[in-house]
Amino acid sequence: MASAQRPLSPHLQVYRWQITMAMSIAHRATGIALSGGAVALVFWLLALANGPDAFEVAQAIAGSWLGYLCLFGWTFCLFYHLANGIRHLVWDMGYGFEIKQFYASGWLTVVVALGLTVLAWIAGLYGLR
Amino acid sequence: MTMRSTIARVRGLGSAKHGVEHWWMQRVTAVALIPLTLWFAASLVSLAGAEWEAAYLWIASPAGAVPMILFLVAGLWHGKLGLQVVIEDYIHAEVLKVALLMLLSLATVALGIAGVFAVCKISFGE
Repeated sequence: MASAQRPLSPHLQVYRWQITMAMSIAHRATGIALSGGAVALVFWLLALANGPDAFEVAQAIAGSWLGYLCLFGWTFCLFYHLANGIRHLVWDMGYGFEIKQFYASGWLTVVVALGLTVLAWIAGLYGLR
Repeated sequence: MTMRSTIARVRGLGSAKHGVEHWWMQRVTAVALIPLTLWFAASLVSLAGAEWEAAYLWIASPAGAVPMILFLVAGLWHGKLGLQVVIEDYIHAEVLKVALLMLLSLATVALGIAGVFAVCKISFGE
């Protein structure tokens, strides 16, 4: 049968870990996490629409240590998914398929995502003072 | 070696001319989300620790309401397309898969309506 001859996906158990596959998996993982963030955003907007009392509850949840942990995670996921998404769009246009370019754009994406996350939190916490 | 599926497997499962719809809309929403995400992140940073009134007035203004609605629609749409592939990739029990895909569609629309409604209520209430 023709289907038995097809190339198989790499088996994760025996495949040497490398940044390209780690980033591919991370893109999906951050995407799933951001869907949870979208749910939180809608509830935050509903609280805002409901009035100061409901909003205070929402802000208290967001300001708890668990809230901060989630917000920090979502910030990184957002910037990672954004930067790596642009990397994907560049591939879609047919560029960046050399092995060297994969690694260079991969590390650039990680650095940009981490940098923007730290920058956003410094700016946000500075505004809090 | 052939990369093509046998005709017996394909018959009745054809693209019906919508083969690239999912892939294409994922890209369209992705492109829309580039400026919208940057706007969203910058807005939240500037709103950190804000009182209710400041956040309320931000969403009440057209400059806050319109991008927020665009962000909600593009983001939820993009997320729906992504999660759909995740479900299709990992859930192989047919009944569970169909149930989750339906739940995903319903939840996406419910969240979208709720979010847009909240923004409109704030904006028109002003």
